[in-house]
Amino acid sequence: MTTEPVWPDQLYDLLKRHGISQVALVPDAGHARLIRRCLADNAMRVVTLTTEEEGVAMLCGAWMGGAKGVLLMQSSGVGNCINMLSLAIGHRTPLAMLVTMRGDWGEFNPAQVPMGQATRAVLEAMGTLVRRADRDEDVVPTADAMLRLAFNTYRPTATLIGQRVLGAKTFGTE
Amino acid sequence: MGRLDRRALVRAVLQDRGELLVVAGLGAPAWDVTDVGDTPCNLPLWGGMGGAAMLGLGLALAQPGRPVLVITGDGEMLMGLGSLATIAVQRPPNLAILVQDNERYGETGMQETHTAHGVDLVAIAEGAGFARTLRIGSEAEVPALRSALHACAGPLFALAKVDDKPLPLVLPPREGAVLQARMRAALGLER
Repeated sequence: MTTEPVWPDQLYDLLKRHGISQVALVPDAGHARLIRRCLADNAMRVVTLTTEEEGVAMLCGAWMGGAKGVLLMQSSGVGNCINMLSLAIGHRTPLAMLVTMRGDWGEFNPAQVPMGQATRAVLEAMGTLVRRADRDEDVVPTADAMLRLAFNTYRPTATLIGQRVLGAKTFGTE
Repeated sequence: MGRLDRRALVRAVLQDRGELLVVAGLGAPAWDVTDVGDTPCNLPLWGGMGGAAMLGLGLALAQPGRPVLVITGDGEMLMGLGSLATIAVQRPPNLAILVQDNERYGETGMQETHTAHGVDLVAIAEGAGFARTLRIGSEAEVPALRSALHACAGPLFALAKVDDKPLPLVLPPREGAVLQARMRAALGLER
């Protein structure tokens, strides 16, 4: 018997503690519970994007206007952000990204593997500090550390939530 | 429809700007707003092509009491068409977008953009759900645009066809950290 993991609710509590008021996202199943919690919160503006790079630009504007935000996405979305990260680097914008990994641990879908394997390298090539969590109990402390790094030291940071934590989608084949 | 002088247009739009915060897309729009006068309430972009409108959305949501105007080019807007859908869904009352459409990529040799071949950005904005759109055909229509964007009555998308004559560059500061910090200071956010 499996029990519901507690980290998504704890992640929501963490965002509240950090005063996050703008949540930009392209949905991922791994973020589904956190997204529901954010949508239910009137103090959070949830902005669904057509592509993840929109969120990078949006959060640069948010910070300029005094609001703190996070960008939620799947690892494939990191590839869509590459050039837009130039803004966060050039402006010294605190940009906290929470990335759920695909193509990482027991993946079923071949199309997820190239970007999943390149996620960390791509982010680091674009000046982003990256840490990852591969156990449930590491997700919230890692995200907390990366949010602090972003907002205290004015730079993009990414928390990678490993597919081992999320479980691999098997399209009904297992 | 007549083609406007882009500098005269921006000068007229920014007249009596009051509390207006301005995001200018990379290239000519950034030079145009700087030609009117560099101020901490301008964010001229040097990169992030396709991101100007979304940067405006984040700023408008963070500063709901102030009008925010994104001035950008047709090439930059075409790179971020999805953002028109995102903004239309969010309906920020204080965000306006003005596209200066010269149907060219101006910084790279005046190559034609899709708007030179019939792509209609106003129709795309309307299709995305912008309830208020304006086509600016002459300087006489600028006061209506100005009052609409200061009214903060829902997201506004405006487009003016502008001519493509070469103009002297008027460069804003290039250091992004300075541009960001000075606007934050102007908003009372830096101590």
